[in-house]
Amino acid sequence: MKKISLILCMAVALASCGSPKKDGSMNISGAGATFPAPFYNVVCKEFSTATGNSVTYGGIGSGGGIRSLADKTVDFGATDVFLSDSEMTDMGAAVIHIPTSLGAVVLSYNLDIADLKLTAGIVSAIYRGKITKWNDERIKALNPDATLPDQAITPVYRSDGSGTTAVFSEYMSKVDTDWFNEIGDGKSLAFPVGIAAKGNPGVAGMINETKGAIGYIGSEYALAMDLSSARMQNRSGSFVEANIISITASAANIDIPADTRVVISDSPNADAYPITTFTWIIAYKEQHYGNRTLSEARALTNLFNYIIGNVGQEIATKTNYAPLPMDVRDKTVAIIHSMTFDGKALEEE
Amino acid sequence: MKDKIFRASLFVAACLIIILTASIVYGLVSQSLDAFSNFGFGFITSSEWDSRNDVYSALPFIMGTLLTSVLALLFCIPFSLSVSLFNGEYFRGHRASTILSSVVDLLAGVPSIVFGLWGFYTLRPLMVEMGVNEQGFGVLLSSIVLAIMIIPYASSLSAEFLAMVPNDLKEGAYSLGATRLEVIQRVSLPAAGSGIFAAYVLAFGRALGETMAVTMLIGNTNNIPHGLGDTGNTMASIIANQFGEAGGLKLSSLMAIGLLLFLITASINFIAKYIMKMVRQ
Repeated sequence: MKKISLILCMAVALASCGSPKKDGSMNISGAGATFPAPFYNVVCKEFSTATGNSVTYGGIGSGGGIRSLADKTVDFGATDVFLSDSEMTDMGAAVIHIPTSLGAVVLSYNLDIADLKLTAGIVSAIYRGKITKWNDERIKALNPDATLPDQAITPVYRSDGSGTTAVFSEYMSKVDTDWFNEIGDGKSLAFPVGIAAKGNPGVAGMINETKGAIGYIGSEYALAMDLSSARMQNRSGSFVEANIISITASAANIDIPADTRVVISDSPNADAYPITTFTWIIAYKEQHYGNRTLSEARALTNLFNYIIGNVGQEIATKTNYAPLPMDVRDKTVAIIHSMTFDGKALEEE
Repeated sequence: MKDKIFRASLFVAACLIIILTASIVYGLVSQSLDAFSNFGFGFITSSEWDSRNDVYSALPFIMGTLLTSVLALLFCIPFSLSVSLFNGEYFRGHRASTILSSVVDLLAGVPSIVFGLWGFYTLRPLMVEMGVNEQGFGVLLSSIVLAIMIIPYASSLSAEFLAMVPNDLKEGAYSLGATRLEVIQRVSLPAAGSGIFAAYVLAFGRALGETMAVTMLIGNTNNIPHGLGDTGNTMASIIANQFGEAGGLKLSSLMAIGLLLFLITASINFIAKYIMKMVRQ
């Protein structure tokens, strides 16, 4: 198993594990979720230009990212689902979560109708094969002004294990008992109907090419491919479009714990989009492992500070992720500050 | 001295290949033990693939693989047989045959992802229009693309075997007043029969292992396909789809599927080689 992930990571992040280059600059590599990959790709490139260090990020999926970090083939992993306590223990040493932005999982569809309204109940019925046509009475009732075609619905889901699936199904299980009983939540689920594709880009591409398809993807992928996404009904009953304002609203009024491991979907806020999540970078708290040097570890904390700093958060907004709220940012600064090298605080004063 | 070094290096290279193959087999077997000891024979006969309860089995994928490959073989026979007759019989050594055979060989060089893209963007809308199913993906679409992919393998070998049929035999038949069609039916095809059969077995083996194009076209659902319009998953495509996130028992099950696929393709190839050896003697 180790051999496989090693090969995989070598393929994904060619320059592995921060070996210093001759001029003193560092190679930093990360791998994980495809959901924030568009953001990380830009922010890593900007950081590389600004500092001369070279940072690569491979979007191989949340699970792959966690495993690569555990195998120590990358310097940081990335995931849309925070590690459970038992997963944290499996990592062998203390792992920290660094939230980098907020994202939404949207339900994109291929139909010539703008602003389609959907509820979790309808989405659940579609994925359970109970609603099979777009002109179903239940969809009509929600969208009286739209001319819904007599077109079969093709639900699309992820064929690989995925953090996006986990975020989406966690929300669905929370608000819909039928979903909870028949499909449940997790990274890899068995759906009774529909077709599957690999990765966020795969699902987005399949929706884009299939008339009548609907699927759940990271909001950035819907925007990038110009797919229409449904307005979802939130807890207070309003139908909300996923945008930076409604995504940010979902993190308001929520107690964020010090380690930021919290689920924020199904927000009570009336302006909030319901299916949202923090997306995290994970790394080892104690950075002196393997043959890592102090300057490599420092380059890594610099990268983290850059991502959650003003420049990084501006890039998040530009790539359609919602920036971290100020209180979360303060907590994240403290988390990065807690990283150590040989037990001593890592960051330069 | 030089001769000795040359011989030694050849020997080392050959040994390396054997060791490599043996270690691949060893790796597959050792990593799939977990799955086999957990699920036993049920791994091959049951149809559950449930990540949440950690229950896995290979039947849907074995069926998907066999169904797509057998269909692909059926679809490819009319085309590859005509091509091989054209090249090996009617226009042997003719310019038209050179052109045709190089075009067909070119087909063998097209990367499988390109076939996948072509199937996705060109053939799939056609499937929807024909009303195969709502979104076009499925067994039929993948079988057609697979059929085109294996045509070169089946046809060039078959043509070779057809060309090997002794001229004396054919001339004898002609002298007795047989028409060309009769010569093909009664002399060439029977004489080259087992060779042609072997060519198709090899092509079948190639269809079994094809991954990329099938993964893009079959729909990737973990069920046993019951019809042409059904979506499914093949042994190769389930591995390609899920190994990135897999761990523990799931990874072991994927390895076990890999091992089964290896065994099936290896035995198919072995059969083909055996038949060809018999023919050539």
